[in-house]
Amino acid sequence: MNGPKRALPQPLSKIPTGIQGFDEVSRGGLPRNRTTLVMGRAGSGKSVFSLQALVNAVRRRREPGIFVGFEESTRQIAENAAAFDWGLAALPKSKLFFLDAHLSPTVVQSGEFDLTGMLAILKAKKEEMGARWIVFDGIDVLLTLLQDPIAEMREIYRVRDWLADNELTAIITAKLDGHTSEVAPYGFMQFMVDCAIRFERRLEHGVSVHRLQITKYRGSGFAAGEFPLGIGPTGMEVTGPEPTEIKHEASTERVSAGFERLDSMLGGGLFRGSSTLITGAPGTSKTTLAGKFAESACRRGERTLFVSFDEGADAIVRNLSSVGIRLKPYVKSGLLRMYSGRTETSSPDEHLIALSALVHEHQPRCMVVDPLSAMAKAGGLSAARAVASRLIYMVKDNGVTVVTTSLIEGDNPEAEATELQISKIADTWIHLSYLVRSGERNRALTIVKSRGTRHSNQVRELTLSETGPMLTDVYTAGGEVLMGTLRWEKEAEEIVRQKQRRADFDHKQRELQSAEADTRARIQALELDLQRKRAELALYSRDDEARTLSSTERDDDLRRMRSADPVARAATAAAPPLVKRRVARGSGNSGRKKTRREARNGP
Amino acid sequence: MGRKRAKDKVSSPEIETVVVLRLYISGNAPNSVRAIANLEAICQQYLKDGYKLEIVDVFEQPLRALADGVLVTPSLAKVSPAPVANVVGNLSDKRNVLLMLGVEGNVG
Repeated sequence: MNGPKRALPQPLSKIPTGIQGFDEVSRGGLPRNRTTLVMGRAGSGKSVFSLQALVNAVRRRREPGIFVGFEESTRQIAENAAAFDWGLAALPKSKLFFLDAHLSPTVVQSGEFDLTGMLAILKAKKEEMGARWIVFDGIDVLLTLLQDPIAEMREIYRVRDWLADNELTAIITAKLDGHTSEVAPYGFMQFMVDCAIRFERRLEHGVSVHRLQITKYRGSGFAAGEFPLGIGPTGMEVTGPEPTEIKHEASTERVSAGFERLDSMLGGGLFRGSSTLITGAPGTSKTTLAGKFAESACRRGERTLFVSFDEGADAIVRNLSSVGIRLKPYVKSGLLRMYSGRTETSSPDEHLIALSALVHEHQPRCMVVDPLSAMAKAGGLSAARAVASRLIYMVKDNGVTVVTTSLIEGDNPEAEATELQISKIADTWIHLSYLVRSGERNRALTIVKSRGTRHSNQVRELTLSETGPMLTDVYTAGGEVLMGTLRWEKEAEEIVRQKQRRADFDHKQRELQSAEADTRARIQALELDLQRKRAELALYSRDDEARTLSSTERDDDLRRMRSADPVARAATAAAPPLVKRRVARGSGNSGRKKTRREARNGP
Repeated sequence: MGRKRAKDKVSSPEIETVVVLRLYISGNAPNSVRAIANLEAICQQYLKDGYKLEIVDVFEQPLRALADGVLVTPSLAKVSPAPVANVVGNLSDKRNVLLMLGVEGNVG
């Protein structure tokens, strides 16, 4: 800056503008000592952007600047800027100088003119106050008076050369043609400048969406794409790109999802800093679940933010108290902040900016957005989608545990997913549905997913009472899930059936017991019989032995008496026992065995 | 705007009113050079000696030009008689200059 004019090319240095979000999108701000072209249609925020960058430079960097307004008088600009909290009026003229370059309508034109005089004046002023910044706001207004494109171009180049000679960080604003999106008369300006920014304000589904896009940045990278912006009391705020790398800390701490039964279904609760999506048809008590979560957070003493759309905060507090969820004391103590937004009045971007301001202001640990799907009502779906995911990322960046709800018409969460497609970035997805049967409508709760958690895969019935929501096991009968009265009936039926079964069992048991006793008695009797028979047999066989012995002796005596040949008859000597054996067989097995042994041993 | 007044002026003698003019130029930029030539021609033709002309070079007195509210050059200001009026440009369109000066002449 202190070097000679038209110095050797220096590495590009950037100056932060201090406009929230823009410095991230541009990766550092505007190019120092270079020219930036800001394009856009009327009312797209060109002047606000330029003036805010200038005011920030003066205030934060103590770099004086000149604002040359071709479109509006200095007074108009001051009035417009008074809407912002910049304290413009308090800035001394020696630091921020406004040159009223808007031609009075009484000025008559005669022939061609040029900007040499104006630039000479500006140069003198710049040197007088040591200005480092300059804004040419609406230079086209003056140049169109030339009515000669070549002359206009010549003057633009004159300005460019002047800026290069004077080492000023410059912003030139130019209006875009109403119909085409090109800077019709000044297309060449984009080639001339080092950085070009385009503002766009258009209607999408009846809601105005406001966008900013960097179309060119010589010698520098920048975040490509359109970024939403909003204009609030602090001026312009750009919603910057999400960091490409996700750097949320993954906590292993669990926080209650509201009540015990749900926590156990979730394997212990929600992870701190995670995001949860509750989907469901209207009236499936999404808000109740979200309210229960908020209440339990408050009970732990954590700062909580409850954002609702299209339903007043008071109404929500009242409605939730009917199911035993008491938020009022926490609202009073300031622990819980309720915020109710009306979707149609603002674009999703504006909601996001408001919510992000609320998060910074209230510093919540837990947050509810009910319903997030309301955002889709305002403005285009794609815009709402982007905003919804930005919101979740923003909240997660702040380590806030967030529960959002989303309306789904119908029963199948997978098929319909969510309009906003936040199910992808939600860590936990709870789906609530209705089961209509037997003239009843019952609520069913399913956990579709829960990252990093062994969650239950079962459907539970969600019942509401004065003590709050409860989860009840459901019955499945014949592949159908039973709830409500059917569940109750089934429960009663089951109890009766169980009693019946017990009675049957007892009966059968007794029957079997008596049969067993009977059998045992029979076995005993048989055993006795057996013993008796054995004894009998033993007795019988001893008697038989004695008899056999005596008959043999008798035969021998007979032979001796008849002087028969005892040797010749000896072969048949065994025969008489055979006859005896037949007799023995009739008396039982044991007898037979014995005689067989005797027969073998006999000869 | 000044047409009616211009008509009034026709009846009064031209020489009696002295017109005070101030021309802001920027060095010898082509438009500035041309403006001086154009203005001198107009003045000689229509105002004769009844005018005073001051030429301010913005290159030399930029802050004065700023104070006078001059933006673009060349720029001609009629300081008196009232009303104060301005013409910007190299004054090649004689008619507008004459209207401002309150002189009706046969253009061309």
